[in-house]
Amino acid sequence: MIRLDKVNFGYNTEQVLHDVSFHIKPGESRIIMGGSGSGKSTILRLILGLDCPWSGEVYIDGENICGQKLKHLQEIRKQIGMVFQEGALFDSMTIAENVGYYLFEHTKKKESEIEQEARRMLEFVDLDPGIMDKLPEELSGGMRRRVAIARALLSTRPKIMLFDEPTTGLDPQATKNVMNLIRKLRKEENIAVIIVTHQIADALKLADKFVVIQKGRIVFDGDMDELRGSENPEVIKFLAPFRESISDVVKRNFV
Amino acid sequence: MIRRLFRSFRNFVYEIDQLTRFSFKMVLSCFGRPIYISETMEQMYLIGIGSLFLVVLTGIFAGQAMALQFSNELADFGSKNYLGRIMSLAIIRELGPILAGLMVAARVASGITAEIGSMKSSNQLDALLSFGVDPIRKLAAPRLIALVVMVPVLTIICDVVAIVGGWIIAIFLSHITSTTYLSAVNERLTFGNVFMGVLKPVVFAFIIAFISCYKGFTTKGGTKGVGRSTTESVMIASISILIVNFILTKVVFSFLKGYL
Ligand SMILES: Nc1ncnc2c1ncn2[C@@H]1O[C@H](COP(=O)(O)OP(=O)(O)O)[C@@H](O)[C@H]1O
Ligand SMILES: [Mg+2]
Repeated sequence: MIRLDKVNFGYNTEQVLHDVSFHIKPGESRIIMGGSGSGKSTILRLILGLDCPWSGEVYIDGENICGQKLKHLQEIRKQIGMVFQEGALFDSMTIAENVGYYLFEHTKKKESEIEQEARRMLEFVDLDPGIMDKLPEELSGGMRRRVAIARALLSTRPKIMLFDEPTTGLDPQATKNVMNLIRKLRKEENIAVIIVTHQIADALKLADKFVVIQKGRIVFDGDMDELRGSENPEVIKFLAPFRESISDVVKRNFV
Repeated sequence: MIRRLFRSFRNFVYEIDQLTRFSFKMVLSCFGRPIYISETMEQMYLIGIGSLFLVVLTGIFAGQAMALQFSNELADFGSKNYLGRIMSLAIIRELGPILAGLMVAARVASGITAEIGSMKSSNQLDALLSFGVDPIRKLAAPRLIALVVMVPVLTIICDVVAIVGGWIIAIFLSHITSTTYLSAVNERLTFGNVFMGVLKPVVFAFIIAFISCYKGFTTKGGTKGVGRSTTESVMIASISILIVNFILTKVVFSFLKGYL
């Protein structure tokens, strides 16, 4: 469903991604782990077609996302929901306007109708619809993150959701809420997720396949067992601080 | 040393190139669909009302100060009756456009850059793109249109207020009759002068819009970056206004000699 093929990319003249390739089948999920600055957010931007690679291709459902007409690109993007780092809510709009943004912009639905749908979506992400008329700045970080998820869901009914650091900067309770919500998306709505994070302990609990990226290169792509057994020195070094949480998770989930 | 000079020159050329491309995109995005009418209206309101007080305040005091200086000087020649002519000329051609331009640059350019810049640094521009909305069309075009409408309007208000400021001085301090002053003002309201007085703010509006939006869209590096690009935006816009003002005066003079 999503395939990156030998992607090279950078900003201005500075190369950020080197020969990045991976493949995600329908319904599959992936955690992309890596230190900050390693190019994780950049990969998501490329999948959304916000930037085009210098060389190599990004395919969504077999279509190269670059070089498409804007209109067709929009059609392709409809399958993808994106939750940006920190949520990226529009801070001059109310929560209701944020959640219903796509409908306001692209459909002729009445305002009351859109509000109704926004309300339902807020309930789905376990938020009190009473916050509809508040501004993003009045909410806590965890609530904003969930509003962003609601916004991405309501937009397009995506088949796949991209999460950029969904739990970074949240307290343990909020982290748990967001993670439960992501699990709910996978189980109940059957949405595939790609989660980018440098909080490895959280990441390990959310999916069964992992990509580890360092300095713009993929150093690992595989499942939990392979991850544990990996003899790649880069991977070992990267995971060293998290040995404990890995064995923890393994005990809980696999034994 | 020379290498550093060369590097900053290359940077400068690069920035100018980028700014030019961006400006073209901005102008193009004012045409075609979708048009964000309510955003444009909102911006007109914000820019107009936001700068009105500032423009009126500076206009009236600058007009008075100028009238004081001129009337003292003219009195030496016994030609106080010409005060209105000089005031009208200087205000409509130079003072009004520059004052209004600089005030809007200070008040509005900073606001535009800060707003778009903070949207950029919190990924809101990318979020717009991901929802199929062109941020240039949604954010930059309405501001450009609003500025092109409002800066000339503010300039005309500034002109009127400054001339009224001069009138107060003329009557109460220089003891010129109201009719003398006003008919002298009127004499200089020629097509050429008024044309120049309106052309300038239109050009200034483009400058302010291009620079402030460009600086916003190219903001890098979090809160600090927003602060930096906001300062740069006001600085560059103000300097550009003064330079372009000179060029315009020179060019328009040679074209419009017959009408001035
Ligand atoms: N808009 C941009 N312009 C220039 N450089 C950028 C831009 N965005 C990111 N970078 C650089 O690209 C590298 C990777 O960034 P990013 O993908 O955001 O990393 P991550 O999400 O893994 O922390 C970093 O070195 C960053 O400085
Ligand atoms: Mg990132």
